[in-house]
Amino acid sequence: MAKAFQKIFTEITAITKATCSLKAEGVGNDELATVNGKLAQVVKIMGDEVTLQVFQGTEGIPTNAEVVFLGKAPSLKVSDQLAGRFFNAYGDPIDGGPAVEGEEVEIGGPSVNPVRRKQPSELIATGIAGIDLNNTLVSGQKIPFFADPDQPYNQVMANVALRAQVDKIILGGMGLTNDDYLYFKNVFANAGVLDRIVSFVNTTENPAVERLLIPDMALAAAEYFAVQKHQKVLVLLTDMTLYADALAIVSNRMDQIPSKDSMPGSLYSDLAKIYEKAVQFPEEAGGGSITIIAVTTLSGGDITHAIPDNTGYITEGQLYLRRDSDIGKVIVDPFRSLSRLKQLVSGKKTREDHPQVMNAAVRLYADAANAKTKLENGFDLTDYDNRCLDFAKEYSNRILAIDVNINTTEMLDIAWELFATYFKPEEVNIKQALVDKYWKK
Amino acid sequence: MTQGKVKGIIANLVTVAVDGPVSQNEIAYISVGANATKLMAEVIKVTGENVYVQVFESTRGLKVGDNVEFTGHMLEVTLGPGLLSRNYDGLQNDLDKLTGVFLQRGEYNFPLDKEKLWKFEPIAKVGDKVEAAAWLGEVDENHQPHKIMVPFVMEGTYTVKSIVAAGEYKIEDTIAVITDEEGNDHNITMVQKWPVKKAILAYKSKPRPFKLLETGVRTIDTANPICEGGTGFIPGPFGTGKTVLQHAISKQAEADIVIIAACGERANEVVETFTEFPELDDPHTGRKLMERTIIIANTSNMPVASREASVYTSMTIAEYYRSMGLRVLLMADSTSRWAQALREMSNRMEELPGQDAFPMDLSAIIGAFYARAGYVYLNNGKIGSVTFLGTVSPAGGNLKEPVTEGTKKVARCFYALEQARADHKRYPAVNPIDSYSKYIEYPEFAEYISGLIDDKWIGQVNEMKTYLQRGKEIQEQINILGDDGVPVDYHEEFWKSEVIDFVILQQDAFDKIDAVCPLERQRYMLDLVMGICHSDYNFDNFLDVIDYFKRIINLCKQMNYSEFHSEDFENYQKKLNELLAEKQIKA
Repeated sequence: MAKAFQKIFTEITAITKATCSLKAEGVGNDELATVNGKLAQVVKIMGDEVTLQVFQGTEGIPTNAEVVFLGKAPSLKVSDQLAGRFFNAYGDPIDGGPAVEGEEVEIGGPSVNPVRRKQPSELIATGIAGIDLNNTLVSGQKIPFFADPDQPYNQVMANVALRAQVDKIILGGMGLTNDDYLYFKNVFANAGVLDRIVSFVNTTENPAVERLLIPDMALAAAEYFAVQKHQKVLVLLTDMTLYADALAIVSNRMDQIPSKDSMPGSLYSDLAKIYEKAVQFPEEAGGGSITIIAVTTLSGGDITHAIPDNTGYITEGQLYLRRDSDIGKVIVDPFRSLSRLKQLVSGKKTREDHPQVMNAAVRLYADAANAKTKLENGFDLTDYDNRCLDFAKEYSNRILAIDVNINTTEMLDIAWELFATYFKPEEVNIKQALVDKYWKK
Repeated sequence: MTQGKVKGIIANLVTVAVDGPVSQNEIAYISVGANATKLMAEVIKVTGENVYVQVFESTRGLKVGDNVEFTGHMLEVTLGPGLLSRNYDGLQNDLDKLTGVFLQRGEYNFPLDKEKLWKFEPIAKVGDKVEAAAWLGEVDENHQPHKIMVPFVMEGTYTVKSIVAAGEYKIEDTIAVITDEEGNDHNITMVQKWPVKKAILAYKSKPRPFKLLETGVRTIDTANPICEGGTGFIPGPFGTGKTVLQHAISKQAEADIVIIAACGERANEVVETFTEFPELDDPHTGRKLMERTIIIANTSNMPVASREASVYTSMTIAEYYRSMGLRVLLMADSTSRWAQALREMSNRMEELPGQDAFPMDLSAIIGAFYARAGYVYLNNGKIGSVTFLGTVSPAGGNLKEPVTEGTKKVARCFYALEQARADHKRYPAVNPIDSYSKYIEYPEFAEYISGLIDDKWIGQVNEMKTYLQRGKEIQEQINILGDDGVPVDYHEEFWKSEVIDFVILQQDAFDKIDAVCPLERQRYMLDLVMGICHSDYNFDNFLDVIDYFKRIINLCKQMNYSEFHSEDFENYQKKLNELLAEKQIKA
């Protein structure tokens, strides 16, 4: 319903697949409008001509469509009522429940002053040894899975979410298949944790451009819980590649000159605005945090494509999944995965031997990879090579596989056990004091 | 002043209709919303009556018809005592003075402390003839002699009419009165302003850099040295250790002032600097690192247009300290983000794009910026320098992209970070063969370094590089032919290059001792390693070669981890000598 102060316009001058333009006055940049009831946002103003990006697409919009300007930027009502609810890209409930009441905040709000941040230092345990041991996550971190579309990244992410010791989990689903949406819904329901989960979902059945709102919606909710309620919040964003594709669609419709891989020139800034919402607040500001785990699907494993490439420059590391044919399981790849913040917690919040054990095991795993190459090239293997190969198989199975669920101390003990089974202390290259203390005799 | 009205808005590019003259790069303030919040903007194009401004903040809610006030000046920084130890944003707002947890648009502040008293000592005397940048007096700023100068904008010659006595003054107090040639008096305070996009040229001459800038990083100082007043750049794909290397240099470099421009990079990395620098000691003076540091933080989520401004703000502050006869090191991480900011703007202005949609004049802009660095003789004969090191984040790790290529044309040192080295944990992952320093070819540098070290040094460094090159070729042959497919000599030569790699090039930035390697120690280690390389050895088979050199590397590494000439160090040296004696063929 149009309210008294809202102006209605009916003369559309131009329509493209994602935008329409009209003559209008007194309109603010970024302001929301409805075009025949479809939500749209102002993206360009030139004199009295205003261009709107129509989130649901412009199919069926007539040149005499009724355009109502709402006088506000996209916003979300935030309160504790968000918990346990499922919303669409506009923040409207899709679970049949009532609308949320609360303070209305603009999404995509300002950034945190860097001097008001605290250096992240709290470990987030996931039970997955390939993550906790080799690529420890820290609260306030932002890290994506770089995965091929056929890999089980959503399952791994759901596991991480359920095991992580956090107060709230916010799911931002962009272009989720309906099956994956239902998967998340069931997993969360079955685990009995729905009350600490908030979901914003755009499925493949919804228009692509709508998903541009999802990360900002999810992060506005996250900021409410982290800033006002001082909670530890984990935000899951899947799949950011589909988000970037939607950006490309809009910039293309606006006749912008594409840069690398047909992506808009502003891709880096657009992604950074989202990922940099990850933050650890100091005690004075309540000590809340926002941690972001995202998924960036790759095309044929190509990380030089503009989307993973720009992402890699923004995020604090990346996690790779890989199918290990020796054990027939999906593992967290120890070579290419990296958590840039791990040194802030490993050996400090975990047992002292953590950094050295982690490096030694990865080094031996690398030796095994070299041995494998030798084998494939028809060269003879030494005794050491063979022991490395045996070690690698067991290490893969008991540590790297994504179905592992143990605590960090157990992971370290298993690693020491494997060292003792296959190697002599001098082959492992660990500081003598630690060998004396932990070597399994 | 000229006024205007908003006519059009696309993201942060705003078209304004004006009622008077405006100049390119002039600053304007746009009033937005019910509270008339003023947003800072810069003129970037004028066509007919349309003036295009880039707004340094979010333009959300901005409307056609909103008021614009022009200021008559370009983007300026405020220069004076009290810049050191501060954390500024790209427009020189003091981040610590901002109140909220979130950055509120339109919140600007004065970058210095107006109330603080500084201990002033006059340098100039009444009757002295002075010109722009002449030193009138000095205050102690964190143990640096901060010169109070005749403002850079003042043209011509002046006579000092009066100058205050030594004592405590605030920055806005008049500390001197100078008279121009027409007899007009000018009051001089401790603060002055300068437009950031103009270079400060108040010096006599700018010779080629020749003086080594010691960084304590072996792969730089020994292999590819950078000079005081020199320029260099560090390109590298993500995860190759750009930031760790930059941090190491900013912590250790032998500079009086270090300015860190965090330009469009991760906020948590800046937070690391905020957290660590106040705790860490300057290896040269023993004082806290933060005392000599200024951070200009415009992280990736902060407004894009002020990201562009941030590199200029940093450079202008660097030039200011150079005019005081100080050695300034400016680090910008990353210049690619700056170039991307230019791209976003050029795109919105619908300019015809160059390669990868970057503006056509990108390489000229980069060139002009690097040209502001340099070693200078000031008008009073003293020396000052701005050394500039930028990182480049090449898209997809591909060095054939416009920012890397544009930078390569102007920067004299190139430190190529390499994915393969990083994957093998060979840090710093600087590829020794692709990287270069042009300074090592300068006769001025050769003369300087033979005075500082000895005249064999450059020859030795070049020889080291030849060993590395040869080692790489042999490694390729071994990979193709197999270990048994090449003569034992080849293995020996390859492993000599590995000794150089492990002992000289690789360095543990996280180890307290190895992180900083003073020049004296670098000389010792290079002599030692080249001695090992020059010798011939007796080996029966390649397995012996591998085993033997691994032991040599291990001992040399233990030396790197030990205090120089400590008991441990000498012990390892002794063990190494014994080991060498086992296999070396006496010449």
